[in-house]
Parts: sequence; C-alpha cells; structure tokens
Amino acid sequence: MFHWLERNPFFFAVGVFLVIAYAGVVTILPDFMESARPVIGTKPYTVLELAGRQIYIKDSCNACHSQLIRPFKSETDRYGMYSLSGEYAYDRPFLWGSKRTGPDLMRVGNYRTTDWHDHHMRNPQSVVSGSIMPAYKHMYTNNADIQTAYAEAYTVKKVFNVPYDKPNMPRLGTFEEANKEVMKEASAIIADMKSDDVKEAFKKGEIKEIVALIAYLNSLK
Amino acid sequence: MQASNVLNYDYSVAKCFTYATILFGIVGMLIGVIIAYQMAYPELNYFAGEYGTYSRLRPLHTSGVIFGFLLSGIFATWYYVGQRVLKVSIAESKFLMSVGRVHFWLYLVVILMAVVSLFMGISTSKEYAELEWPLDIGVVLLWVLWGISIFGLIGIRREKTLYVSIWYYIATFLGVAMLYLFNNMEVPTYFVSGMGKWYHSVSMYAGTNDAMVQWWYGHNAVAFVFTVPIVAMIYYFLPKESAQPIFSYKLSILSFWGLMFVYLWAGGHHLLYSTVPDWVQTMGSIFSIILILPSWGSAINMLLTMKGEWGQLKENPLIKFMVLASTFYMLSTLEGPIQAIKSVNALAHFTDWIPGHVHDGTLGWVGFMTMAALYHMTPRMFKKELFSKKLMESQFWLQTTGIVMYFSSMWIAGITQGMMWRASDQYGNLEYSFMDTVSVLIPYYTLRATGGLFYLIGFLLFAYNMYKTITSGKAILSEPQNSSPMQA
Repeated sequence: MFHWLERNPFFFAVGVFLVIAYAGVVTILPDFMESARPVIGTKPYTVLELAGRQIYIKDSCNACHSQLIRPFKSETDRYGMYSLSGEYAYDRPFLWGSKRTGPDLMRVGNYRTTDWHDHHMRNPQSVVSGSIMPAYKHMYTNNADIQTAYAEAYTVKKVFNVPYDKPNMPRLGTFEEANKEVMKEASAIIADMKSDDVKEAFKKGEIKEIVALIAYLNSLK
Repeated sequence: MQASNVLNYDYSVAKCFTYATILFGIVGMLIGVIIAYQMAYPELNYFAGEYGTYSRLRPLHTSGVIFGFLLSGIFATWYYVGQRVLKVSIAESKFLMSVGRVHFWLYLVVILMAVVSLFMGISTSKEYAELEWPLDIGVVLLWVLWGISIFGLIGIRREKTLYVSIWYYIATFLGVAMLYLFNNMEVPTYFVSGMGKWYHSVSMYAGTNDAMVQWWYGHNAVAFVFTVPIVAMIYYFLPKESAQPIFSYKLSILSFWGLMFVYLWAGGHHLLYSTVPDWVQTMGSIFSIILILPSWGSAINMLLTMKGEWGQLKENPLIKFMVLASTFYMLSTLEGPIQAIKSVNALAHFTDWIPGHVHDGTLGWVGFMTMAALYHMTPRMFKKELFSKKLMESQFWLQTTGIVMYFSSMWIAGITQGMMWRASDQYGNLEYSFMDTVSVLIPYYTLRATGGLFYLIGFLLFAYNMYKTITSGKAILSEPQNSSPMQA
C-alpha cells in the first residue's frame, strides 16, 4: 500500500491529511460546550478593563506572567484559589502564558492596589527591589484606545452572545453611554493614583494607558 | 546519469530564499541575544523607548526565527530539492516559475509587515500566531502559492515515485495549513461595530477552548515547522553529501507515518494541571512518550546511514553539522517527553527549563540542519567552491559550545526555580518569596545569553562564508561529486 501511495500524490496527501486531522477533532470537540460555560459570578470585562486587557496584550505581559494557578498547595499559598475553567469564559484570547519570569497574575486584584501598580509600572525596582521587569513609562504618555475596546465588547456581545446589558452584568449600551461609564471608572482609579501627569491629562479628558491597565489588573480576582 | 543528460535546474527562487534565510537568521538571532541579555541586565530594556522592551521584542524573536529564518530555509531547500528528486526543472513550466517568484516576493512583503506590526505591538497574544487578521490572510495566500508550487512540480515530474523528502514537504504544507487556519479564526471587530482600529480582531474561541486550540497549534507548529521539514532536509542532504544510501526504507516509512499519527495528540502536554479536561492532559502525556519512537526512528535511520563511514566526520565538516543535528534531535525528542510526564511537568512548567528544551532543539537540530543544507546547496547553485572549510570548523565548535552553555544553564535555572517555588519550611509555609527565585537565576541568565551570543557569532561566520563563496569562491565547472538519493 505504501508503495502505491508513493506513486499517487493525491491519495498520499489525502492519507496524510486524515492521519493528522483526527487528533484535533477527537481532543477539542467533545468538551467544547462544557469548557465554554462560565462559573456563576463570572462577568464580562467592562470597556475600560477591556482597553487595559488590550494594552496587556500589546506589551506582551503574557510573555513573562501567567494567569493560571495550578492545583498545588505551593501555588494556592502563593497566588490564591486554583483556576477553574469557567472563570475564563469571557477571555478572548486566553492569557494563561507559558513562562513565569514574573509571578502569576490570575488573582492579582486581590492583593495589589492601584497605588502599588502606579509606582510599579513607572519603576518596578522602587517597589520590588531587584526586580528585572522593565518600566513601562510609555503607558503614562500613550492614550488608551477606548473605541477599539468598545468595538471588541460590542462584537463579542453581537457574535458570541456575551451577556452585556443583562441583569447584574456590566452595561454596554451605545458608545456614548459606554464612554460615560468609562470616565466614571477611570476617575475612581485616578483618585487612588499619585501620578500628577495622569491626573492632569484626565482633566483634559484623556485617559492614559496606565489607567486602563490598572482597571484590568484590579479586575483579576 | 550521464553528464549530457543532466537537467538544467533553475535555482533563481532557491537563491532568493537563501538570501532571506541568512538575513532573517541574523535579525532573529540578534533580537534573541538582546532579550536574553535583558533578563540578566534589565537596564538594556530602554535602548529604544517603548519599542525596545523585552516584552515587545520577544514575539519578534520567536516569529523572526520561525517564520523569517526557518520558513525561508524550508522554502529555499524545497526549490532546490524538489526539482532534483522529481527530476524536473521548474523552468520547464512558465507558470510554476512565476508562482515561485510571486511566492518569494509576497513572502518578503508579509514578513516585513509582520516585523513592523509586532514592533507596534499589534498582536493577538497567541504564541507563534501573533499576527493580526490582515497579515494572516497574506500568510494564507503565500501558503497557497507554495502548495501550487509543490503539487504543480509533482504534477509534471519525471520520476514517478516520490522520494521520502517529498513526503515530508507535503506533510509540512498540509499540517501548517490546517493548524494555522483553525488557530487564527478571529472576528474583525471593525466590521461588526464600525469603530475602533480596523485591524483589531477577537478570537473565535474563549478561555479553555482557546487554550486547547492554541496549544494544538503551538505544539504542532513545532512539529510541522521545526521537525517535519527538517527531516525532509536531512533525508536528502545527508545521503547526498556522504554518498551513502539511506539505512532503511522500512524505518523511513514507519517513522513518517508514526510521526504523522502521533504528533497531533501531544499538544495537551502544554496544558497539564490546567483547566482542560483531565483525559486530554493524560492523552497529551501518553502520546508524548510514544512520540519518542517515530522521532528516534528518523534520527537512528540517519545515524546508521553513516555506518562504517564515520571517517567522513574528520574530512567533511558538513557531515559533522548533520550528525550533530540528528544527535540533538534525539536529545530534544527525549527531553520533551520527559517534561511531558505529569509529575516532571509540575516542576518544569513555567520555568526556564522549557525555553532550554526549545533551544536545544532549535539551535542544535533545526539551526544546524538548515545551515548544513545551505552549505551543501550554495556551491551547486552558484557553481562556486565553498570559500573556507576552516571557517566552518571554527563555526561548528563555537556554536556547539554556545548550545551547551545555553541548555545546561537553563536546565539548572529551571530546576532550581521549580524547586524553590514549591519549597516550604518546617511549618508548611512557603520558604522563598518570588523575588528570591528570580535573583538566584541572574548568573544563569548571563551564561545563557553568552551562549546565545556564541551561536550568533557562529551564524555571522556562516553568513560571511556564504557571502565569500558566492562573490569570490573559485568557479567549479562540474558539480561536486556525490552519489545521491534517486540519482538526482
């Protein structure tokens, strides 16, 4: 049979494809629906949090930080309750990471404050002596992209039925309505920050990247 | 075959991809060395503002070496090996000739745009699949062009039986096509909402499912870019360079179909102790162990091809490159399955042992084999004698030293960090803060980066050797003597 295949490229290719394709079908499909179901209490991200999540991706925070707590005592002691599948139901894309050059951030919102992040992102060594994390000063000058964040929230609501605007869920509404919410959330975060440049910019109606990023990090619980 | 019957193969596309391999190799490895030093000396993060931080550069390094260096190496060897083992010149078909040219230029445009977009931080975050949807479409197009080139050339072939290398090229084409398409399923947000950045998209899968699809892709990108096409290369170039027939045809068949059958299951080993279903994790673990068989099958087949001919190692540095490549292939395909055992993975996952493992595979196996292929092709494509064998020797030892420094330091670093993360004192409390586990690694990071630097310098020697061969090597009238796979 193999000799015959080697002289018939079409059937050879079909054979190879069948042999390589089945594993994906068998491993991914059976539990697809089960894995997509949220646990009770999990909520989609607000628009400001989503903007922060996009910044997290833009600067590849996931290259050094995981968001996956494995069920070992040493991990639950260090980072909190181990991860459940349903907690990730609104994570598109997932951000588990594959390397912990820095600590896990799955529940960082439980034990770090806005003020801590504010100092840490500007100069990590000032709060964690010996840290090898770079400073992210450009997050204090670049503006967060609220429009794209709204576009993403609107898209997942329309296409994947993510429950925005449902009882006890984040409000989305029109862009104008969403923007008002964003300003309210941002002002609460900025009130806890010590960075004057960020405060000044906010008075002019600008939301710096750092504000959105902190909103996202605080939401990780 | 008589000299008068020798076909005039057309190497113009192969030459273009050879230049690209060297160029992107230098760029990709340079960025790798920079980010490696950044981990030891964080001050190095600030040489280019927001564009020079470790986190911005890391996807550039991985994409640069995978899709820049290696992919062009794979294409270069295809446009060389394909013609020879199918016994047909690509120039015999005007259509295939232009497909080849468009393939190269489109590839170049997509890669350059990928570099710009990753510098800007435009990313989907998925490892080795960071490119946003407009570039994904470009990748699909150039992949289709490559497919046309493969099956077109097969369609007009004179040699009816497909040589082993061709099996592996076909598998590369099909495997990457399937994986890339499914992992990059995303919805462009602009077209749904009418606002925001036009190139932004959101993944079709969420959370655990997204992770499963991503590592089904991620692990098998390793399979179908780092393994399958490299095996295609060694099956052609080692017998050709050493003038030895392949040891066993049966072993070739067994390891080919075995590799195809088993590899796709193994992605689950990236997700051990995560929230994906337990049975998927267990299957990932088990199939990773089984994977040793087909991997070692190919490697042993190659090493036994050299049976009784080990003297060639002394005379021909090129043989040395390929023998070392198969040896590193054996090492990393044993190391990987060990790391996929659940209890080992509990320690190794998230640590530096993982990049250590990746690099003994990529630097030792993939890098050495790709350079060996180009060393073999260049004298034949340009009809020039190789510029310096001595330089090849120095390069070989420099790079081998670099690899050993790289993986040994990362073994120690990874296991140290894994042990420190889980260490507890007599009361059951964690013994070390996270920062303790970072500080202890700094010397290993320096050692690793220096190993990487050695490898990069070796690669520059390679580039120089190639450049001198092409520009000022002695002209040769007849092709260097060799026996060959299928007399091609």
